[in-house]
Amino acid sequence: MKIIVCVSLVPDSTTKVKIADNGKSIDENGVSFILNPYDEFAVEEALQLKEKNGGEVIAVSFGGDKAKDAIKKAFQMGADKGVLIRTSDSEFDSFTTAKNLSEYIKSESPDLVLLGKQSIDFDSMLLPSMISEMTGLASTSVVVKLDINGNAATAEREIEGGKEILQFNLPALVGVQKGINDPRYPNLKSIMAAKSKPIEEINATYNGNRVSVVEMNMPPTKASGKLFTNGKEDVSELVKLLREEAKVI
Amino acid sequence: MSKKILAFAELKDGKFKNSAFEVVSTASRLSKDLACEMVVLTIGEATQTEADTLSVYGATKLISVSLNELNSKSQVPGIKYSPSAFAKVISAVSAKESADTIIFSATSLGKELAGRVAVMTDSAVFNDCTELNVADGKITAVRPVYAGKSIIGVSAETDKIVITIRPNVFKPEITDTGTVELQILNTNDLAISPSDFSSVVVEVVVSSEKLDVAEADRIVSGGRGLKGPEHFHLVEDLANAIGAATGASRAVVDAGWRPHSEQVGQTGKTVSPTLYIACGISGAIQHLAGMSSSKCIVAINKDKDAPIFQVANYGIVGDVFEILPALTDEMKKIVSQ
Ligand SMILES: Cc1cc2nc3c(=O)[nH]c(=O)nc-3n(C[C@H](O)[C@H](O)[C@H](O)COP(=O)(O)OP(=O)(O)OC[C@H]3O[C@@H](n4cnc5c(N)ncnc54)[C@H](O)[C@@H]3O)c2cc1C
Ligand SMILES: Nc1ncnc2c1ncn2[C@@H]1O[C@H](COP(=O)(O)O)[C@@H](O)[C@H]1O
Repeated sequence: MKIIVCVSLVPDSTTKVKIADNGKSIDENGVSFILNPYDEFAVEEALQLKEKNGGEVIAVSFGGDKAKDAIKKAFQMGADKGVLIRTSDSEFDSFTTAKNLSEYIKSESPDLVLLGKQSIDFDSMLLPSMISEMTGLASTSVVVKLDINGNAATAEREIEGGKEILQFNLPALVGVQKGINDPRYPNLKSIMAAKSKPIEEINATYNGNRVSVVEMNMPPTKASGKLFTNGKEDVSELVKLLREEAKVI
Repeated sequence: MSKKILAFAELKDGKFKNSAFEVVSTASRLSKDLACEMVVLTIGEATQTEADTLSVYGATKLISVSLNELNSKSQVPGIKYSPSAFAKVISAVSAKESADTIIFSATSLGKELAGRVAVMTDSAVFNDCTELNVADGKITAVRPVYAGKSIIGVSAETDKIVITIRPNVFKPEITDTGTVELQILNTNDLAISPSDFSSVVVEVVVSSEKLDVAEADRIVSGGRGLKGPEHFHLVEDLANAIGAATGASRAVVDAGWRPHSEQVGQTGKTVSPTLYIACGISGAIQHLAGMSSSKCIVAINKDKDAPIFQVANYGIVGDVFEILPALTDEMKKIVSQ
C-alpha cells in the first residue's frame, strides 16, 4: 500500500498570539512550532495500515524551510519518505496549498491519502475536501474509524449528534479526527533513524491565492463581568440578571 | 457583473434546521446590501409548507432537489448523503442560476461541501465566518483563527465566493415575504451520473436523541470540579430545566466521565450559544477556544482566580454542589412562570 500523509507545522496550541508589525499575521518570535496534532493521528493511521498491509508511508508538506520539521516529526514516528513542496511565498491560502499537494498526489498515484481534519493554525477544515475534488479521489473527513479491506473502505465520520457510516473504494483520501487511534511516541531508535532520512524537495508549481488576509486583530475584549462571591445566596440575583439584564432566560 | 446569492438550506427529517434559517436570513441581508437576487437550494424532500417557513427570513424562491430522485442515479440503494454528489448538485444549480455567491452554515455538512463546491465553481472560500460585510459591492468576512486567539479580515481575489457561517452567530432576522415559490428540480437537468457518488453515507447512527452541543442555543458544561461521573446529573438537571444541551471539558472526556461528542474546545466542538454555563471548569485556553464567542457566559467555580471568570459575563464563586441545585430550582421557578 502506498500511503501519502499530508503534514503541516503549526504554532503550539498554548502559544500566546501577538500580532506582527504587518498587522496581518502573528509575530513568530518565541513561538514554538509542532506537528499539527490531527496530523499525528494521520501519520499513526498510515503506519498502522502499513504494518498490516505492507507498503510505504510518504510524509509531504507544502511550505518553506520550517515545514521540514513537520516531516522530521513524521520520520521520527516511522514514515519512510519525506517530501517538501517548497514555496518561497510567505502567504498562501488553502486553495494554493491544496493545488500544490494535489499535483504531487496525482503524480504519485497513491492508494490512500491521509490528512488531519483541520490544522490548528487557521482551523480551515478545507484541504481534505478541496484535494478530493482536485484529484478526483473518493473521500470523507472527521473520521474516527477507518476499515480497509482490499479495495473497499468503510469509515465512521463524526457529525452533530451522531455518526455517518460511509463506503467508498480505494484509491481514496481521508481526513482524520481525534479518537481514531493513539499516536505512538517516537522511541530513541526511531529518533536516531529519522536523522539519516533525506527530505526530497520539489518546487511549488502553483500560486494563485483566492483569499487574502487584509488584517489581523485581537478578538474584542469583553467588558469585565459581574462576580458574585456569596455563593448560594447570590443565585436568585444571578437568575434575575440573566432574565432582565442579559435577557437570555 | 450581476450578482446572485445561492443559500444552501439543510433539511433534517423533512424540516429545515435552525442553521438553515440563519443562512437564508444572512443571504437575504447580503442580497439587500448588494441589491441582487437571492435563491435558496435544498436537497431532500421539501414540501410547500416547509418552503413557506423560509418566507419570514426573506426567501422568495426555493429550489429543491429530491434526495430519493438523486439516489436513483447511484448504484448503492438508500444513500443518506454523498459529499461528492451533493457538491455536484450544488455546483450545477449554481451554474444554472448564474449565482456567484454560495452560502452554507458551517455545520459538518456545510464545512465538507464548501471546499468541494469552491473547487468546482472556481470560487474563493470564506469559511467559518463570524461577520460578513459589504463595501463597494464586495463581500468581506471576519473569522477567528488560532483557536479564537485572534481574528482576521479576509477579502476575495475572485468574483465568486463560497461562504460558511458559524452556527448561532448570525441570528435570523424577520422580514416576511409572504410565500415562497417552490421549484422541484430534476437531476436529469443537472447531468448527475453514477460516478458522482464516489463516497456515500449508507447509514447515520444517532448517538443520542439529545440536542448536540454544536447546535444548541443554551449549553451547560461540566468539568473536573464535578469530581466524578456520578455527579453529572447536577449538570443535566440544570440543562433540562432550561432546555439546554450538555457539554464537557476535555479533562472529563479524557477521564471517560462524558462522551467525546460533548467536548467543547480546541479539540472538541466550537460553540457559540446565547447562554453558556461553565460548571467546575477552570477555563484553560483550549477550552476557551471553543466557547468564548458565546453571547452570555456564566461561570461557577470555587476558585475566584480561575481564568474562566475572565471571559464570564456573570460569575459565582462557590461550590458547584451547592450552587447547581439552587440554580436549577431558581431556573425552574422562572421558566414555569
Ligand atoms: C492540544 C490540547 C488540546 C486541548 N483541547 C481541549 C479541548 O478541546 N477542550 C478542553 O476543555 N480542554 C482541552 N485541553 C485541555 C485543557 O488544557 C485543560 O486541561 C482542560 O480544559 C481542563 O479541564 P477542567 O477545567 O475540567 O479541569 P481543571 O483544569 O482541573 O479545572 C477544574 C476546575 O474546577 C474547579 N473546582 C473544583 N472543585 C470545585 C467545586 N466543588 N465547585 C466549583 N468548582 C470546583 C477548580 O477550581 C478548577 O478551576 C487541551 C489541551 C491540549 C494540550
Ligand atoms: N502546508 C501544508 N502541507 C501539507 N499538508 C497540509 C498543509 N496544510 C494543511 N495540511 C493538511 O490538511 C489538513 C487540514 O488542514 P486545513 O484544511 O488547513 O485545516 C491538515 O491536518 C494537514 O493534514
